[in-house]
Amino acid sequence: MMKSDIELIDSEGKRLDGRSPHDLRKIKIQAGVLHRADGSCYLEWGGNKVIAAVYGPREAVPRHTQNPLRAIVQARYNMAAFSVEDRKRPGPDRRSVEISKVISEALERVVLTEQFPRASIDVNIEVLDAEAGTRCAGLTAAGVALVDAGIPMRDIPVACAAGKIGGKVVLDLGKEEDNFGDADLPIAISPRTGEVLLLQMDGHLTVDEFNQAFDLALKGCYTVSEIQKKAIMEKYQSVAAEVQE
Amino acid sequence: MTIVPVIKRDYITKLAEQGKRIDGRTFDTYRNIEIETKVVNKAEGSARVKIGNTQVLVGIKIDLGEPFPDSPNMGVLSTAAELIPLASPDFESGPPREDAIELARVVDRGVRESQVVDVEKLVITPGEKVWIVFIDIHILDYDGNLFDAASLGALAALSTTIIPAKRFSEQLPEGYQKEDFPLPMSKPPISCTAVKINDFVLFDPCFDEEIIADARLTVATDHKGDIRAMQKGLEGSFTRDEIQKVIKGALDNGQEIRKRLYQSIGK
Repeated sequence: MMKSDIELIDSEGKRLDGRSPHDLRKIKIQAGVLHRADGSCYLEWGGNKVIAAVYGPREAVPRHTQNPLRAIVQARYNMAAFSVEDRKRPGPDRRSVEISKVISEALERVVLTEQFPRASIDVNIEVLDAEAGTRCAGLTAAGVALVDAGIPMRDIPVACAAGKIGGKVVLDLGKEEDNFGDADLPIAISPRTGEVLLLQMDGHLTVDEFNQAFDLALKGCYTVSEIQKKAIMEKYQSVAAEVQE
Repeated sequence: MTIVPVIKRDYITKLAEQGKRIDGRTFDTYRNIEIETKVVNKAEGSARVKIGNTQVLVGIKIDLGEPFPDSPNMGVLSTAAELIPLASPDFESGPPREDAIELARVVDRGVRESQVVDVEKLVITPGEKVWIVFIDIHILDYDGNLFDAASLGALAALSTTIIPAKRFSEQLPEGYQKEDFPLPMSKPPISCTAVKINDFVLFDPCFDEEIIADARLTVATDHKGDIRAMQKGLEGSFTRDEIQKVIKGALDNGQEIRKRLYQSIGK
């Protein structure tokens, strides 16, 4: 299929899945879904289904990875073999290694790593069902899982993407939009300060379009951030209710 | 063995002498079982199974490929299990190790030897083109008894699998069916696992019971009450009587679990 074959956005600004340019896909977040993990989160974002689990702080192994002054944050992004159209061979590939690295670095900025010298905080992100934007979904889930694990942080990190399709800047690219669109700009921020923790772009944007897309993605991040906080509140309210029983 | 399991072992065996278990079950009962199917859109079949806190996700992918040279008239089944670090503080990333391979092979045997998938109906052109069924087992939360959870997950996922003939229609020969169709299946056998701790036989071990267990036995039984597969694990041993006891428990629990499975797949 050529990219000119489909009209990703019509003249009235309506997209393939019926969204308008500034709409996010549907997002559902649930904190504390796993028993063994120290903290966990299940997240659905459009057709993406992601689960994140946090272990730690615990001794970093192998020992040479230890930092005597602070903890290291090791995120591991992994896609299930059945999460994509053509079965993916299990195990890390170049793409998932890169995504793991940029997510680790983004999280390291918000975690108060200096409180846990020589320790490791391990964040496992499993993509169970994939439909464009898995790194944003994964990082957002990781943020909630870190809170659920009680890891001290400056802020709850959150991610969202914007991009360009059919010549227009839009929020949160869907599957076809990602495959056949003009540009994709995923960002992660610390919502309290607005610091950018992760930023990647592929495609083609003018400086003007970049600014538009960035502002749009930023707005998206703040919306998602509210959903994160709601999920965390729900978790603690249910715990409080259990305690009272 | 580190100190914590030693203390737990003491506690678990003391309770067992009074006929009790740490979570209040009797020796023969299973924890609560939940089965949810069609949970992954991108997979041709999928299921999430919970046994107590243990949680397993199984996804099925279908591809076109060549049959094995020694079985030109059969489709191909391939099972893989990943003990991903998400599921337990003790699981590490990297290529599958013994435990994951044993788990995948036991599930594979249960599916293959019981002929629950009619592999002969997966042939498109004998010796040349067949459907390949990939069963991928993802452990999400490990609180013991992965064997039963993974087997049940695989069966539930297979039961909801649709062969995507339409998507592959351009690669299919003239005259072969081009519409999607359900994976041809027959009645599944159900695996039930028990462990032995001292002289006690406990069904559906939770994590704390499993790590101190002396021996483990998995028995798969079918709807007629026949045995279809067995696997003994760990260093300890079973007596003949204990084996009989496990078989009986596997038959009783297997019936109940089979009902659950049928409910979840709408049969």
